[in-house]
Amino acid sequence: MFEDPFDPKSLLARCSCGGDHRAADHGRLTTKAVPSPAGEEGQWNRVVDAAVLRATFPVDAQRRQFLRTVGSATALAALSSVFPLAAAREAFAQGGAPEKKDLKVGFIPITCATPIIMAHPMGFYSKQGLNVEVVKTAGWAVVRDKSLAKEYDAAHMLSPMPLAISLGVGSNPVPWTMPAIENINGQAITLAMKHKDKRNPKDWKGFRFAVPFDYSMHNYLLRYYVAEHGLDPDKDISIRSVPPPEMVANLRADNLDGYLGPDPFNQRAVYDGVGFIHLLTKELWDGHPCCAFAVSKEFASQNPNSYRALLKAIIDATAFASKLDNRKEIAKAIAPQNYLNQPETVLEQILTGTYADGLGGVKKDPNRIDFDPFPWNQFAVWILTQMKRWGQLKGDVDYAKVAADVYLATDTAGMMKEMGLTPPDPSKKTIVVMGKTFDPAKPDEYVKSFAIRRT
Amino acid sequence: MPSLGKSLGVRAALLSLLIFAAIVALWQIAAQPVAGSGPAVDPEYAKLVGAAAATGAKSAMPTPADIGAAIWKHLADPFYVRGSNDKGIGVQLAYSLGRVLLGFGLAALVAVPLGFVIGMSPLVYRALDPFIQILKPVSPLAWMPLALYTIKDSAISSIFVIFICSVWPMLINTAFGVASVRREWLNVARTLEVGPLRTAFKVILPAAAPTIMTGMRISIGIAWLVIVAAEMLVGGTGIGYFVWNEWNNLSIANIVTAILLIGLVGLLLDQALARLAKLVTYPE
Repeated sequence: MFEDPFDPKSLLARCSCGGDHRAADHGRLTTKAVPSPAGEEGQWNRVVDAAVLRATFPVDAQRRQFLRTVGSATALAALSSVFPLAAAREAFAQGGAPEKKDLKVGFIPITCATPIIMAHPMGFYSKQGLNVEVVKTAGWAVVRDKSLAKEYDAAHMLSPMPLAISLGVGSNPVPWTMPAIENINGQAITLAMKHKDKRNPKDWKGFRFAVPFDYSMHNYLLRYYVAEHGLDPDKDISIRSVPPPEMVANLRADNLDGYLGPDPFNQRAVYDGVGFIHLLTKELWDGHPCCAFAVSKEFASQNPNSYRALLKAIIDATAFASKLDNRKEIAKAIAPQNYLNQPETVLEQILTGTYADGLGGVKKDPNRIDFDPFPWNQFAVWILTQMKRWGQLKGDVDYAKVAADVYLATDTAGMMKEMGLTPPDPSKKTIVVMGKTFDPAKPDEYVKSFAIRRT
Repeated sequence: MPSLGKSLGVRAALLSLLIFAAIVALWQIAAQPVAGSGPAVDPEYAKLVGAAAATGAKSAMPTPADIGAAIWKHLADPFYVRGSNDKGIGVQLAYSLGRVLLGFGLAALVAVPLGFVIGMSPLVYRALDPFIQILKPVSPLAWMPLALYTIKDSAISSIFVIFICSVWPMLINTAFGVASVRREWLNVARTLEVGPLRTAFKVILPAAAPTIMTGMRISIGIAWLVIVAAEMLVGGTGIGYFVWNEWNNLSIANIVTAILLIGLVGLLLDQALARLAKLVTYPE
């Protein structure tokens, strides 16, 4: 991911391996990992070196020429003599001192929050000089209220929540921002064991389903899924909002027929022999966003350095979590009572994607859950269309503006660049949900294209 | 007849033990895992799921032995703190008790003086009655969202909820106790030209004290009921949070441990107030 800037062949922008992908994706797309320079410290140093080199030789060809002529060791020595590289490295590592060091970050104990949670035991927060307390919270409404009450400096939210809060849907309007997505994919539809043979949604009339919150991808995806199969989610089935931990208990008590919920509670139902995994949400929309890291606009503007440090820790942790090789270690770190309070094997199955499906089979899908911080504005627009479709949002919406105000793609891209990661091109995102392509430029037409809708 | 009383006590204790043994035995039988009728599962699958699911059954209720082990585990180390979301059961109980005593204390500070005023003035009594009657039966969980929304602090919100739920029995009992002080005693005080403040403290308060204490006893019971619900909703610390956190993990053994401890602490609180009530009763 972090190439040696003193390598004459280095482009400092596209991937150094010459492949047709971004440097950030190199590790994921090629089996042979890039030799990482002396650990994390080395990575940051290279980022700084690259920035200085870029500033000294803005033209790529010139820099490469220079490096080829004198050799990288000489170049490094020469540059250090005119530019205090060591000091720059240090300055970058520290950043501006955070205005507020002791921060409280709220989370719901689900695997979606993995980067937020693991950053605590694995030291991603402390590396940024922050003393973060991660506080387990009972439900989304409480997370929202505690965030609005400024009890939490930042919080794990469902990706539609910052939009809803900013628009004042379901609460007073307060400008909220979402600088990073936590996870993509990672949800599933779990059905009670007795419905083993009812795998076609057309047979689901009268089913009682649960989703974690009204303003959740879970709600929108479940509605989308049953509607595509001709069921009206408001008339033919019932959908209630149930806190994730209570879903398994309710399924067991035969109080629910199924749920589209976050993990670990899908896998937990399998572990306890209560339900089976009907499908992964990945099969509906591969790469859909789910949970988010959200802060109020006020916190970000009043504590810019704390905000930057926090965001850096989150992006860093998310990048770490996106590597499959690290997943077992992460499962171990977040399983204890202080965090998720779940059997380690359940978490391992979710994170590694080798899991029991509840029907006696073992399935393998390494992308069952993935972590990608980039807050694509297209995601926000899609979510807004669904809010509109199901009548949560009334009247006209300036989709693009709301999306850009809340989903801070520009901030995240800037931060990623600073960290030596290559942000994706924010305009290039194709969203395909159950085979149907979404055009973010025509949201209203998209809403009207559905036969079952509330507007 | 002391001998009969004693033998009654012994027999009651024996019966209690017998009932307890019967419950435990029935439980043990009921909690025996049912052999799964589902398909035989391959070992690779069995490794990934719980013991019950591997045989095609649902996970079973824990047996009394499991619960005993859980209780022992918690009582062996009740005061550990391993991070902000993982504290020993003793620490959690202490948090809950602290909240209850604070909320209850505040409620007493408000309810007793206000109850006095209401009890002494039929006009105020009638004027406030509709409010009291409507607010009294409201569940603590209904107050919670309002409290969180307006107070904007979850710690104070849970104390407020304790306060609002325990204030009514004390208020009503104080008012009732004060209103039903015997006329003759007040008349005697008036004949002796005792000042109103002195009458309140020397005549009315002692006369109404048993009724007030009964109100307090009801209130502390309610406060202890409410705290579990409030903490389950708000989370963070306390025995209610402990129950919620173990529910997350579907750990019934730990939840039963918490239930037993909640019952025990509730009993102690009730007994403490019963003792206090005895101190202020008087024979007529």
